[in-house]
Amino acid sequence: MKPIPVEAGLILAGILFMLGLISVLIRRNIIFMLISVEIMLNAAGLAFITAGARWVQADGQVMFIFILTMAAAEVSVGLALILQIYHQLKTLDSDAANKMRG
Amino acid sequence: MVTFYIAGSVAVLATIMVITRYNMIHALLYLVISFLAIAIVFHVLGAPFMAALEVIVYAGAIVVLIIFVIMMLNLKQESVDQERQWMSKKLLIGPAILSVILLAELIYIISTTESGAIEQPALDAKAVGLSLYGPYVIGVELSGILLMSGIVGAYHLGRQKKKVVHRFLEAQEH
Repeated sequence: MKPIPVEAGLILAGILFMLGLISVLIRRNIIFMLISVEIMLNAAGLAFITAGARWVQADGQVMFIFILTMAAAEVSVGLALILQIYHQLKTLDSDAANKMRG
Repeated sequence: MVTFYIAGSVAVLATIMVITRYNMIHALLYLVISFLAIAIVFHVLGAPFMAALEVIVYAGAIVVLIIFVIMMLNLKQESVDQERQWMSKKLLIGPAILSVILLAELIYIISTTESGAIEQPALDAKAVGLSLYGPYVIGVELSGILLMSGIVGAYHLGRQKKKVVHRFLEAQEH
Protein backbone atom coordinates (compact mmCIF):
# COMPACT_ATOMS: atom_id res chain seq x y z
CA MET A 1 0.00 0.00 0.00
CA LYS A 2 1.53 3.27 -1.10
CA PRO A 3 1.64 6.01 1.53
CA ILE A 4 -0.67 8.98 1.14
CA PRO A 5 1.16 12.27 0.61
CA VAL A 6 0.42 14.89 3.25
CA GLU A 7 -0.17 17.47 0.52
CA ALA A 8 -3.24 15.55 -0.68
CA GLY A 9 -4.92 15.74 2.70
CA LEU A 10 -4.08 19.40 3.19
CA ILE A 11 -5.26 20.31 -0.32
CA LEU A 12 -8.53 18.43 0.26
CA ALA A 13 -9.01 20.42 3.47
CA GLY A 14 -8.24 23.63 1.57
CA ILE A 15 -10.75 22.86 -1.17
CA LEU A 16 -13.50 22.06 1.34
CA PHE A 17 -12.72 25.23 3.30
CA MET A 18 -12.89 27.31 0.13
CA LEU A 19 -16.25 25.82 -0.84
CA GLY A 20 -17.64 26.68 2.58
CA LEU A 21 -16.22 30.19 2.33
CA ILE A 22 -17.80 30.76 -1.10
CA SER A 23 -21.12 29.54 0.24
CA VAL A 24 -20.96 31.93 3.21
CA LEU A 25 -20.22 34.79 0.85
CA ILE A 26 -22.89 34.16 -1.78
CA ARG A 27 -25.83 32.99 0.31
CA ARG A 28 -28.39 35.26 1.89
CA ASN A 29 -30.33 32.52 3.64
CA ILE A 30 -29.11 32.42 7.22
CA ILE A 31 -29.52 28.64 7.64
CA PHE A 32 -27.34 28.04 4.59
CA MET A 33 -24.70 30.31 6.10
CA LEU A 34 -24.74 28.19 9.27
CA ILE A 35 -24.36 25.00 7.20
CA SER A 36 -21.40 26.56 5.38
CA VAL A 37 -19.73 27.40 8.68
CA GLU A 38 -20.09 23.72 9.60
CA ILE A 39 -18.37 22.75 6.34
CA MET A 40 -15.49 25.12 7.11
CA LEU A 41 -15.08 23.79 10.67
CA ASN A 42 -15.05 20.25 9.31
CA ALA A 43 -12.33 21.18 6.83
CA ALA A 44 -10.23 22.64 9.65
CA GLY A 45 -10.66 19.38 11.56
CA LEU A 46 -9.53 17.44 8.50
CA ALA A 47 -6.35 19.51 8.35
CA PHE A 48 -5.68 18.77 12.04
CA ILE A 49 -6.22 15.02 11.53
CA THR A 50 -3.89 15.01 8.51
CA ALA A 51 -1.15 16.79 10.42
CA GLY A 52 -1.62 14.48 13.40
CA ALA A 53 -1.33 11.42 11.17
CA ARG A 54 1.85 12.75 9.57
CA TRP A 55 3.76 12.94 12.86
CA VAL A 56 1.90 10.00 14.47
CA GLN A 57 0.91 12.18 17.41
CA ALA A 58 -2.46 12.21 19.16
CA ASP A 59 -2.61 16.03 19.34
CA GLY A 60 -4.34 16.36 15.98
CA GLN A 61 -7.17 14.07 17.01
CA VAL A 62 -7.49 15.83 20.38
CA MET A 63 -7.88 19.12 18.52
CA PHE A 64 -10.52 17.53 16.32
CA ILE A 65 -12.50 16.53 19.41
CA PHE A 66 -12.36 20.14 20.63
CA ILE A 67 -13.50 21.40 17.22
CA LEU A 68 -16.37 18.90 17.33
CA THR A 69 -17.44 20.17 20.76
CA MET A 70 -17.27 23.76 19.63
CA ALA A 71 -19.28 23.01 16.47
CA ALA A 72 -22.01 21.31 18.50
CA ALA A 73 -22.31 24.23 20.93
CA GLU A 74 -22.15 26.75 18.09
CA VAL A 75 -24.86 25.11 16.02
CA SER A 76 -27.26 24.88 18.96
CA VAL A 77 -26.88 28.56 19.85
CA GLY A 78 -26.98 29.52 16.16
CA LEU A 79 -30.20 27.63 15.55
CA ALA A 80 -31.80 29.22 18.60
CA LEU A 81 -30.81 32.63 17.19
CA ILE A 82 -32.26 31.67 13.79
CA LEU A 83 -35.57 30.69 15.39
CA GLN A 84 -35.68 33.98 17.24
CA ILE A 85 -34.88 35.98 14.09
CA TYR A 86 -37.54 34.11 12.14
CA HIS A 87 -40.17 34.77 14.77
CA GLN A 88 -39.35 38.46 14.99
CA LEU A 89 -38.68 39.31 11.34
CA LYS A 90 -40.69 36.54 9.57
CA THR A 91 -37.87 35.94 7.11
CA LEU A 92 -34.59 34.06 6.84
CA ASP A 93 -32.88 36.90 4.97
CA SER A 94 -29.68 37.85 6.75
CA ASP A 95 -29.98 41.39 5.39
CA ALA A 96 -33.23 41.89 7.27
CA ALA A 97 -31.41 41.79 10.62
CA ASN A 98 -29.06 44.68 9.94
CA LYS A 99 -30.68 47.16 12.30
CA MET A 100 -30.00 47.15 16.02
CA ARG A 101 -33.08 48.14 17.93
CA GLY A 102 -32.36 47.30 21.52
CA MET B 1 -4.39 5.33 -1.25
CA VAL B 2 -7.14 4.87 -3.85
CA THR B 3 -9.83 4.95 -1.17
CA PHE B 4 -8.48 8.28 0.02
CA TYR B 5 -8.77 9.87 -3.43
CA ILE B 6 -12.20 8.39 -4.14
CA ALA B 7 -13.59 9.51 -0.76
CA GLY B 8 -12.00 12.94 -1.17
CA SER B 9 -13.57 13.41 -4.60
CA VAL B 10 -16.95 12.33 -3.26
CA ALA B 11 -16.60 14.82 -0.41
CA VAL B 12 -15.74 17.69 -2.77
CA LEU B 13 -18.56 16.84 -5.20
CA ALA B 14 -21.11 16.51 -2.39
CA THR B 15 -20.00 19.84 -0.92
CA ILE B 16 -20.36 21.52 -4.33
CA MET B 17 -23.89 20.11 -4.49
CA VAL B 18 -24.56 21.48 -0.99
CA ILE B 19 -23.60 25.01 -1.90
CA THR B 20 -25.60 25.05 -5.15
CA ARG B 21 -28.92 23.59 -3.97
CA TYR B 22 -31.95 25.80 -3.56
CA ASN B 23 -33.95 23.36 -1.47
CA MET B 24 -32.66 23.21 2.09
CA ILE B 25 -33.46 19.53 2.70
CA HIS B 26 -31.68 18.48 -0.50
CA ALA B 27 -28.63 20.47 0.61
CA LEU B 28 -28.70 18.73 3.99
CA LEU B 29 -28.85 15.28 2.39
CA TYR B 30 -25.78 16.11 0.32
CA LEU B 31 -24.15 17.44 3.49
CA VAL B 32 -24.65 14.04 5.13
CA ILE B 33 -22.94 12.40 2.11
CA SER B 34 -20.07 14.85 2.45
CA PHE B 35 -19.63 14.11 6.15
CA LEU B 36 -19.68 10.35 5.53
CA ALA B 37 -17.02 10.72 2.84
CA ILE B 38 -14.86 12.75 5.19
CA ALA B 39 -15.34 10.03 7.81
CA ILE B 40 -13.88 7.54 5.33
CA VAL B 41 -10.96 9.91 4.77
CA PHE B 42 -10.37 9.98 8.54
CA HIS B 43 -10.41 6.21 8.65
CA VAL B 44 -7.87 5.95 5.84
CA LEU B 45 -5.68 8.52 7.58
CA GLY B 46 -5.53 6.30 10.66
CA ALA B 47 -8.12 7.89 12.94
CA PRO B 48 -10.95 5.33 13.16
CA PHE B 49 -12.35 6.75 16.39
CA MET B 50 -12.59 10.19 14.84
CA ALA B 51 -14.39 8.64 11.86
CA ALA B 52 -16.98 7.21 14.24
CA LEU B 53 -17.33 10.58 16.01
CA GLU B 54 -17.73 12.33 12.66
CA VAL B 55 -20.60 10.02 11.71
CA ILE B 56 -22.28 10.21 15.13
CA VAL B 57 -21.92 13.91 15.93
CA TYR B 58 -21.80 15.64 12.55
CA ALA B 59 -23.88 13.38 10.30
CA GLY B 60 -26.10 12.35 13.17
CA ALA B 61 -26.65 15.03 15.74
CA ILE B 62 -25.92 18.33 14.00
CA VAL B 63 -27.76 17.54 10.75
CA VAL B 64 -30.77 16.21 12.67
CA LEU B 65 -30.78 19.41 14.74
CA ILE B 66 -30.85 21.55 11.60
CA ILE B 67 -33.60 19.37 10.10
CA PHE B 68 -35.69 19.83 13.26
CA VAL B 69 -35.32 23.58 13.03
CA ILE B 70 -36.31 23.56 9.35
CA MET B 71 -39.38 21.51 10.27
CA MET B 72 -40.24 23.99 13.04
CA LEU B 73 -39.97 26.90 10.63
CA ASN B 74 -42.46 25.11 8.32
CA LEU B 75 -40.97 26.43 5.08
CA LYS B 76 -42.95 25.95 1.90
CA GLN B 77 -42.32 26.07 -1.82
CA GLU B 78 -42.09 29.87 -1.71
CA SER B 79 -38.88 29.67 0.26
CA VAL B 80 -37.26 27.58 -2.49
CA ASP B 81 -38.30 30.12 -5.11
CA GLN B 82 -37.05 32.94 -2.91
CA GLU B 83 -33.73 31.16 -2.47
CA ARG B 84 -33.45 30.83 -6.26
CA GLN B 85 -34.10 34.53 -6.57
CA TRP B 86 -31.57 35.43 -3.84
CA MET B 87 -28.74 33.35 -5.27
CA SER B 88 -28.08 34.92 -8.63
CA LYS B 89 -25.20 33.98 -10.91
CA LYS B 90 -23.97 37.57 -10.90
CA LEU B 91 -23.52 37.50 -7.15
CA LEU B 92 -21.63 34.23 -7.32
CA ILE B 93 -18.87 35.24 -9.71
CA GLY B 94 -16.92 37.80 -7.69
CA PRO B 95 -16.39 35.86 -4.43
CA ALA B 96 -15.90 32.59 -6.31
CA ILE B 97 -13.10 33.94 -8.51
CA LEU B 98 -11.27 35.56 -5.59
CA SER B 99 -11.61 32.42 -3.45
CA VAL B 100 -10.34 30.23 -6.29
CA ILE B 101 -7.31 32.53 -6.65
CA LEU B 102 -6.59 32.15 -2.93
CA LEU B 103 -7.05 28.38 -3.17
CA ALA B 104 -4.61 28.22 -6.11
CA GLU B 105 -2.05 30.09 -4.02
CA LEU B 106 -2.63 27.72 -1.12
CA ILE B 107 -2.20 24.65 -3.34
CA TYR B 108 0.99 26.17 -4.77
CA ILE B 109 2.41 26.81 -1.30
CA ILE B 110 1.51 23.34 -0.02
CA SER B 111 2.79 21.50 -3.07
CA THR B 112 6.13 23.33 -3.28
CA THR B 113 7.15 22.55 0.27
CA GLU B 114 8.47 19.09 1.03
CA SER B 115 6.32 17.64 3.80
CA GLY B 116 6.68 13.87 3.48
CA ALA B 117 4.06 11.16 3.49
CA ILE B 118 1.83 9.41 6.01
CA GLU B 119 3.77 6.20 6.48
CA GLN B 120 2.10 3.88 8.92
CA PRO B 121 -1.20 5.43 9.85
CA ALA B 122 -2.13 3.67 13.06
CA LEU B 123 -3.08 5.73 16.08
CA ASP B 124 -5.67 4.03 18.25
CA ALA B 125 -8.17 5.68 20.53
CA LYS B 126 -6.09 4.77 23.59
CA ALA B 127 -3.34 7.22 22.70
CA VAL B 128 -5.94 9.92 22.05
CA GLY B 129 -7.58 9.27 25.41
CA LEU B 130 -4.28 9.37 27.27
CA SER B 131 -3.39 12.65 25.60
CA LEU B 132 -6.88 14.09 26.14
CA TYR B 133 -6.90 13.41 29.88
CA GLY B 134 -3.17 14.01 30.36
CA PRO B 135 -1.73 17.25 29.01
CA TYR B 136 -5.04 18.48 27.54
CA VAL B 137 -7.25 18.07 30.60
CA ILE B 138 -7.71 21.83 30.90
CA GLY B 139 -9.15 21.79 27.38
CA VAL B 140 -11.65 19.13 28.42
CA GLU B 141 -12.77 21.27 31.33
CA LEU B 142 -13.08 24.33 29.14
CA SER B 143 -15.13 22.27 26.65
CA GLY B 144 -17.45 21.38 29.50
CA ILE B 145 -17.90 25.05 30.34
CA LEU B 146 -18.48 25.81 26.65
CA LEU B 147 -21.18 23.16 26.36
CA MET B 148 -22.83 24.40 29.54
CA SER B 149 -22.93 27.95 28.20
CA GLY B 150 -24.26 26.54 24.93
CA ILE B 151 -27.14 24.85 26.75
CA VAL B 152 -27.96 27.97 28.74
CA GLY B 153 -27.68 30.21 25.67
CA ALA B 154 -29.83 27.95 23.51
CA TYR B 155 -32.50 27.73 26.21
CA HIS B 156 -32.51 31.47 26.80
CA LEU B 157 -32.59 32.39 23.12
CA GLY B 158 -35.05 29.69 22.10
CA ARG B 159 -37.65 30.59 24.71
CA GLN B 160 -40.77 32.16 23.32
CA LYS B 161 -41.50 35.29 25.24
CA LYS B 162 -45.15 35.68 26.07
CA LYS B 163 -46.22 39.16 25.22
CA VAL B 164 -48.65 40.61 27.75
CA VAL B 165 -50.54 43.51 26.28
CA HIS B 166 -53.33 45.29 28.05
CA ARG B 167 -56.57 45.06 26.17
CA PHE B 168 -56.78 48.83 25.79
CA LEU B 169 -53.36 48.87 24.17
CA GLU B 170 -54.15 45.96 21.85
CA ALA B 171 -55.98 48.27 19.49
CA GLN B 172 -52.92 50.51 19.17
CA GLU B 173 -50.62 47.57 18.63
CA HIS B 174 -52.30 46.52 15.40
